[in-house]
Amino acid sequence: MSRVEIRFAGFGGQGIGLMGRLVGEAVSLLEEGKNSVMTQSYGPESRGGASSTDVVIDEGEIDYPKATELDYFVALSEEAYHKYIPKLKEGGILFVEEDLVTLDENAKRAKKIFKIPATKIAESLGSRLYANIAMLGYVCANTTDIFSEKSMITIMKQKIKARFVEKNLIAFQKGMEYKTDS
Amino acid sequence: MSKQKQKFLEVSTGEHFTTGNHAAAEGALAVGCKFFGGYPITPSSEIAEHMALRLPQLGGNFVQFEDEIASIIGILGASWGGVKSMTATSGPGYSLMVENIGFGMMTETPCIIINVQRGGPSTGLPTLVGQQDIMQTKWGSHGDFEPIVLCPSSVQECFELAIEAFNYAEKYRLPVTLLMDETLGHMSERLIIPDASKIGKVERKKPKDSPEEHLPYKADDDLIPPMAVAGEGYRVMVTGLTHDERGYPNLNVETQDKLVRRINDKIRLNKKDIIRVEEYLLDDAEIAIIAFGSVARAAKGSVNRAREKGIKVGLLRLITIWPFPDERIEALAEKVKKIYVPEINYGQITREVERCVHGKTEVKGIFKLGGSIHNPQEILKEIEGDA
Repeated sequence: MSRVEIRFAGFGGQGIGLMGRLVGEAVSLLEEGKNSVMTQSYGPESRGGASSTDVVIDEGEIDYPKATELDYFVALSEEAYHKYIPKLKEGGILFVEEDLVTLDENAKRAKKIFKIPATKIAESLGSRLYANIAMLGYVCANTTDIFSEKSMITIMKQKIKARFVEKNLIAFQKGMEYKTDS
Repeated sequence: MSKQKQKFLEVSTGEHFTTGNHAAAEGALAVGCKFFGGYPITPSSEIAEHMALRLPQLGGNFVQFEDEIASIIGILGASWGGVKSMTATSGPGYSLMVENIGFGMMTETPCIIINVQRGGPSTGLPTLVGQQDIMQTKWGSHGDFEPIVLCPSSVQECFELAIEAFNYAEKYRLPVTLLMDETLGHMSERLIIPDASKIGKVERKKPKDSPEEHLPYKADDDLIPPMAVAGEGYRVMVTGLTHDERGYPNLNVETQDKLVRRINDKIRLNKKDIIRVEEYLLDDAEIAIIAFGSVARAAKGSVNRAREKGIKVGLLRLITIWPFPDERIEALAEKVKKIYVPEINYGQITREVERCVHGKTEVKGIFKLGGSIHNPQEILKEIEGDA
C-alpha cells in the first residue's frame, strides 16, 4: 500500500475534527503495519465557519504530514466542497452530503462520486449530530484502503462518550448499509 | 485509557494517538516535572491545558500567571525550591521572557521553556506555523551565554526531547528551550510511551560538603557547581549580578571573566554530548538538504522523491539547533556540491550554514515566510531547477 490522503470538510459543529481523529486513531492504533497522521485546519474559526481535517495513511514512515493531492474528499457542506474540490486528484473519489452539496463541473475530476443524505439519516436517529458518523459508515462500506469496520467500531466505543455510543454505532451501521441510486 | 478510577501515573505508558503539544507535556511529566507556570498563547495553549489537568493528579502545581514575565520568574523560583519546572509559550511570549532567561543563565537555574513557533514578527500569525525564533533563542537575551535548544520533528520526538531538555537543564544547570512549531504542536500521530523504568532521568548534582563550608557557585572539574536549593540547610544566593563562588555580587574584571567563561565553557566543552543530528541517505549524496522541525519532514519527502528520480540527495536533520553543529556541517561541505536549507523564515539557519561551510560549497536557502510548511514538491523543484 502506498500513501493515501483523505480530507473531511464541512462547517464547524458538524464534527469534522472528530471524523479525522477517529480515522487517524483507528488506523494508527488498531491496524497492523499502518501509520497515520492527522492535521486540522486551524484558524480563528467558530461554529458555522469552514472546517477541515486531513488524514494521511501509509505503510511506511509518513514524511510529509499534510495532504498534497487528495485520493478521497469527503464534503459535508457546499462551501467546503467549492473550496477543496480542486485539491482532489484527477481520478480521485468524492463523497458528498447530497442535501448540503450541489455538484458542479469540478466534480468531473472524480472517478466516482458517492452521495448520501447523512443529515437526514442522523435526524431519523434523533439528532443531526450523528451525520458525521453516518458518513464515516458510508465511506467505510465503499472503500478498502482507509480503515476497517472492526477497528472503527472499536475506536468509537473507546473514544465516544458512553451515553452517545449506541446512537453513533447505529448511525455508522446506517451509513454502511446505505445504497446510492447513482 | 479506561475511565475506571485509577492511580495516576507520571508515565502514561502505552500507545497513543495524540498531538505534539500533548506529547511534549507528557514527556515533561514522565521525567518528573512538578511545576508549570505559564500564560496561555496559541499555538502552545494545549500544553498548559494538559499540564493543568495532569499536574494536580501527580501532586504537582500549575499556576497561570498574569503574563509571561511572571511565568518565567515563577519557574526559576520553583527550580530554586527544588522541583523540575517549565513553561510553554510562543514567539510573543518568548520575547517577554528573554530578559529572565538571561537571569536563569547567569544564576544557572535548571528549567525548560517550550516555544511552539508561529509566524512573526510581533503577534504575526497566531494560528499558523513559523520558524522565525531560531536566532531569538540564541541571542534573545543580552550578554554572553551558550543556550541549549532542541528541535523535534515528530510527535514521538516532542515526547523524547522534552525529557532530554530537562535532562540537559539538570545536568548543565541552565534554562533549555524546546523549540517546536505549530504544525508539530497540533498534528496527531502515534506516540509510544515506554515503561517508566525506561525513562532516563538526570537529576541536578547536590553538594557533598557541609552547609558551613559550602560555596554555592564553586564549580567541580566539569565546570558545574552542585546545586543546593532552599530549605536544605545550605545558603542559597541567587543574583543576576556578576558573583563570586559565594554568590556575592563582586563587580570586577576577574570575577566576570571567570564566571562568564565558565557558564559558556560548561556547554562549549560538552558539545559532543549535546549536539544531535539525524543523517538520512548522506553517504553517497551529491546534494544535501539541512532542515529541522516540521520542515525536515517535507525535506525527507523531497529526498525520497529525488531518489526515485535518480538524483542523489541526502538530509542532515538538526535535532540540536544550539549549540550549532559547526564541524558536522563543515565536513558535509567537503563532500557535496550544494546544500539547500528550507526554513519557514527569511533566512536564519541558512546564515549559520554559510558560516560553517567556509565557502567550500554553495549554500541556498529556500525561504518560506510564516503560514505553511514547504511541501516536498517545492523543495524538489528547486533542486531540479538548479540541476
